[in-house]
This record gives sequence, C-alpha cells and structure tokens, in this order.
Amino acid sequence: MSIYTLGIDIGSTASKCIMLEDGKEIVAKSLIDVGAGTSGPQRAIDQVLQEAGKKREDMAFILATGYGRNSLEEFADDQMSELSCHGKGAGFLFPQVRTVIDIGGQDVKVMRVENGVMTNFQMNDKCAAGTGRFLDVMARVLEVDVQDLGTLGAQSTKYVGISSTCTVFAESEVISQLSMGTDKCDIINGIHQSVASRVAGLAHRIGVQDQVVMTGGVAQNTGVVNALQEALGREIHTSPLTQYNGALGAALFAYQKYQKAHKG
Amino acid sequence: MAKEVSPGVLALRKVVEDVYADARVAKKEGKLVGWSSSKFPCELAEAFGLNVMYPENQAAGIAANRDGEIMCKAAEELGYDNDICGYARISLAYAAGKRASRKFDPETLEYVINPASGRPLKDADGKVVIDPETGKPKKDPKTMQPYTVLDDIYEIEALPETTEKEIAYKNFRREAIKPYRQMRMPQPDFVLCCNNICNCMTKWYENIARMCNVPLIMIDIPYNNTVEVHDSNVAYVRGQFDLAIKQLEELTGKKFDEEKFNEACKNANRTASAWLRVCDYLQYKPAPYSGFDLFNHMADVVTARGRVQAAEAFELLEKDLAEAVKVGKTTTPFPEKYRVMFEGIPCWPKLPNLFKPLKEHGVNVTAVVYAPAFGFVYNNMDEMVRAYYKAPNSVCIEQGVSWREGICKDNKVDGVLVHYNRSCKPWSGYMAEMQRRFTEDLGIPCAGFDGDQADPRNFNEAQYETRVQGLVEAMEANAENKEG
Repeated sequence: MSIYTLGIDIGSTASKCIMLEDGKEIVAKSLIDVGAGTSGPQRAIDQVLQEAGKKREDMAFILATGYGRNSLEEFADDQMSELSCHGKGAGFLFPQVRTVIDIGGQDVKVMRVENGVMTNFQMNDKCAAGTGRFLDVMARVLEVDVQDLGTLGAQSTKYVGISSTCTVFAESEVISQLSMGTDKCDIINGIHQSVASRVAGLAHRIGVQDQVVMTGGVAQNTGVVNALQEALGREIHTSPLTQYNGALGAALFAYQKYQKAHKG
Repeated sequence: MAKEVSPGVLALRKVVEDVYADARVAKKEGKLVGWSSSKFPCELAEAFGLNVMYPENQAAGIAANRDGEIMCKAAEELGYDNDICGYARISLAYAAGKRASRKFDPETLEYVINPASGRPLKDADGKVVIDPETGKPKKDPKTMQPYTVLDDIYEIEALPETTEKEIAYKNFRREAIKPYRQMRMPQPDFVLCCNNICNCMTKWYENIARMCNVPLIMIDIPYNNTVEVHDSNVAYVRGQFDLAIKQLEELTGKKFDEEKFNEACKNANRTASAWLRVCDYLQYKPAPYSGFDLFNHMADVVTARGRVQAAEAFELLEKDLAEAVKVGKTTTPFPEKYRVMFEGIPCWPKLPNLFKPLKEHGVNVTAVVYAPAFGFVYNNMDEMVRAYYKAPNSVCIEQGVSWREGICKDNKVDGVLVHYNRSCKPWSGYMAEMQRRFTEDLGIPCAGFDGDQADPRNFNEAQYETRVQGLVEAMEANAENKEG
C-alpha cells in the first residue's frame, strides 16, 4: 500500500503544499499567494487534498515548515525549519547539490548541503534588502508586474547602479532614476545586480561549492539568477518546482519521519 | 515551586548587592563614589578604598528589568544616535539624571496600574483562573505593576518644598523611581575608564564626566594586533597606571596605599582563579549549570574581583558545583541534548525569549567567551598590564579564535550560536570570519542572529527561533553524518 506524506510550507508571502507517494512521486501540489496569518495555508491544504482526491486521514505524516510552521500545530504531525527543508528539497531535485540559495519573501538563506542534508547555513540580518519583498517594492514603484522583472531586465543596455544597503534607500534611488528618465529595463537590471551582490556576500560567508542550486520564488526571475551567476562566477541550477522546494523538503522529511517511527 | 538556589549563588548575589549598597552608604556619608568601566584595573581604586560602581553591569540590570528601551529612548532624545551601544545609551541617560519610574496620580499619590502587566492568577491546584466575562486568564493582582514612565532626578530636586502637599509630592516622586538597585545607583564623583573592553567607552565616559562635571581618569589600551603584548605597549600602559595613581592621589588627598593595593591584587587573582575553576565545570557532560548562569555570575567578576568576598563566594560556588556533579544535579531545567557556545552578550531584555527555543530543543549553553576574558592571573605590575591588555575587543582575531576554539573543544560543544549584537559592532564585526573558522577548524555548524544586549527593539523572536531550530537540525545532521 502506498504511503502518502504532505509537506506544507507557510512562508511570509505564499503557502505551498506538496503531496508525495512513497517519498518519491509528487502526487499533487498547491500554491496560494498569501502566507502566514492569512487564509492561505488552509486554502493550500484544501486544494492539494482535493487535487489528489485524498483526505487528511490518508496522510501518513504531515510536516509543516516556513515562517508560519508553528501555526499548524494541531494539523501537522511535526514541524521543521525551512532551512533543513530547502536543503532536503534541493538534494532531491539535484543530488549533487552542495550549496542552496533560497531567496524568500522576507529572508535570504544560504545552506551548505552534504549528502542531501543541511549541515550549516547563513541568513540575512533584519534588513529586507535582497529579499523577495525588496523586489515587490521595486516592481510597485516601477509599475510593472513582479513576474515580468526577469524579461524586462534582460532588455537592459546600460548599467545603472542601485544600492543594496537598504530597501527604503534603494526605492528612493529608483524613484530618482525614473525622474531622470532612465530606462526602466536598465533600472530593473540594476536592481537584479543589487540583489545578487547582497546575496553573493552572504553566500561567500559560508563558502560556495558546486553544485549551486537556487530555490524560492525569486529563482523564477532569470534576471536575478543571471546576475547571481555572474557575481559568484558559477552556474546556478533552478527547477520548475523552485517555489515548492521547501514544501517538497517537508514532504520528504515527513516520509523519513514516518519510516523511522514505523521501523521498529 | 521556588527554584532552589545554591549557597554559592546566594553569596555571589550578596557580593554584588553589597557593592551598590556600600556605595549608597558612602555617598550619603559624603564620601567619593565613582563609576568605572568593567575592565579598568580595579586594584588601583581598591588601593584608595574607593567605592566604585559599574555602568555596564548597571545597564545590563536595567535592560534585564525591561527598562532598557525607555532609557535608550531617553538618550536618543538627548541627541545620542541609536547606533551607539545600548549600555552606553542607558548609562548616558542615567548620568543625565533620567530614571525609569512608576507612574502615579499626583493628586492621590497612588500608583497607576498597567492592566497589561502581571502574571496569570492560579488556583490552589496551580491552574490558571479564567475570567468568565472575557474568556481570558485573570491577572494575579499581586504581580501587577504600575506603568513605567521617564523621570528626571534633577527636575525632582528642583521642585519647591514650601507646602506639605509639595513635600509629599516631591517625596513620592523620589520614591516612585524603580526600586531595584541598578536604578538607584548614586551619581558619580569621578569616573574611571579603560577602553580595553571597547572603544566606545572613551567617548561614553568623557560624556559622563562632562555631564556630571567630574574628573575622568583614563587608561588607553590600544587594539593589539599581535598575540603577544610587546614591551613598548606594556611601557605605554604602565606609564598610564602611574599617572592614574597620581590622579587618584590628587582626587582623594591620600597617598597610594601599597599594602591595600597588594591585598586587592591578591584578591583579584584569587577571584580570577576561582572564576576559571567555576567556568571549567561547564566541561562536564551534562554540565551542572548553564552558560546563562555564568553570565549572571559575571557581575561579581566585574564589580568585585578585588574584594575577598567575591573570591570566597566563587570558592563556595565551586564546592556547590563539585557536589552537584557528584550527585548528578544541574540548574538546567531540561535534559541536555546539545551543547553550544553562545557567542556575545545576551539580549538581556529578551532572556526568556532567548531561552525558550533552547529549552524546547534541549540545547544547553556550555561555553561563553567570558571565561578567558576575565580569568586573568598575574604576579607583578607588568604582568597586570599584560592581563588588562586582553579583553574580547582588544585582542586580534587569531587570539580571539584561539580563545574560543579552546573553550569549544574543552567544553565539547556541538555548535555555535552567535549573537550579532547591534550594540557591539567591534565584537560582531569579526564574527562572520570567526564563524567560518569554527566550522572549518572544528567541523561544527554555526548560526547567527540579530539582537541587542540592551535595546529590545533590535531583536525579533521569530527570526531567532528559526535560526536556533536550523542550528539544532544542522547539529543533528552533523552528528548523524559523523556516526555514518
């Protein structure tokens, strides 16, 4: 009989679920664009169960992760930090991974992974510069959709320097560039380089080793990925499941924990 | 059930209480009292029989009593930037006469109780009593506190005292100042500053001296970029020791008492030796106490290391610990699953929050850098200079790494939790490189979190909890990898 496990990643800006069969096959996934403290987690859970045609009782083990992981105490069997879950998920998708860079809604994490397990990490300080929220703020000022940043940045022809020290300062720099008539595509490219420079600094602290995998929603932005590749001088691998990576890791840990509990 | 406190801990608490109580008495008697930085050569002041208090220890106490924010804000209103050390801001506000006080009604002279304060009321079975009207736990009225407001002792002293009502009001306002000892430290008649502990000290003490119009006795110890202290550096500081003695002679009108000085040195050495032996008890597995206890005992090494009572109290604690190890007792209220080094000063205003996830995951702090930083023993004046040359922020990174890696090995830690302390840039600044070396040299994971030793506005509980959990998971993975 198949064993189904569920991983739920409640981030600060989105809620993601992954259902696994026997710790290998992805049966269903869901993503709702609001995170901790909203209806997002419940909606994401309902959606993933519905898609798989399963009920709570069919799940052998449920593991929550992410900023809002503690809010599911009654529903989930256990919780783990998103650090381990991102390491685990990346290890499943890229077995050779040694460095995982995750840019989430409000934090940036760089993890060292050995044999598919996170063994050390670095996180950003309290400043939001370099996070997903930073890009959201910039997209709003530029009046473009955050999803289009990658495509627009690729059309840049001129270097524009944007500060990576502070979101508020960077925002005023962007406004000032706009008022000077600078091309939006160049500004966007500058923003991507600003994010990359900050994240690269964090990555160097832990020591970057191949393979480097980038996870989290921001990994869908090719502009940031390319700028980071350039800043690190290494190839960065991404997956179409990038946004689900934390939930995937949680579902894998859920399977592992279920197995451990039922071994003896 | 009340927590059992060992005789050694009680003795240590009394030693610190006495430092402040003696100073209050001395001030009342018209004697000179001083404020000193934590690693100023206290032996010099002891030689003159001076009562000295310690603003760093005071600021930690004020912060732990949850008054750090109001005092930091008071300093910011005086014009000090919020980037400055939280201890310095608290101390500068205090020097300017600012006090955390209890709010009261000036007409009735009754305290105004903050309804949000207090602990939940418990019934005879120890269960929390729920208020049927609100559905929320009822508050135990005995634990409820008045609102905290900022007051100013100079404003109070300037109030008129002509009518009975005015006198009663003035007295009540004096009494309303928070009653704990750190909020009732007498104003200084002189200040003693040694910048070995950090460079911010210099300006901090210059400002106090100017605000209070009192003399400043300064000993400058430059950052030491080599592991050894060169003879020329010793001569530079030794010259300042001699000058400080001369300045203290002028201040007190007394001659330097060599006998008293030698006695203070003997006591300081005895205290330091006992302190080191107490620190070594953290090497036991499980440890009979926690590094957080050591943070509290630091107060004694800072405020009273030249007093014989401090040495005796540490020796008593040493006996308690020997007994605890023998019978397998520990002050840590959970089974020790992981052992970590806690790097940096704790976030005093957030101690319970700091402790919560550590307790949840069975993490005991079994190493802190204060052991070598304050455990110095010397045999003559030049050796004393060399000893005072070595403080966490005055030694080079090689020495800093060596201190820490030594404790990590001896105290058998599985990981390192680093406090990136917004108040202490010199200390936090080189931690990124240190973290890298700890992992490379010792093969252990490290996690850093943002916080502040005194200003609660710089700490985020959720961020901290994620980092602690990440560290625990990495330590677990590390252990599994080692086991193969």
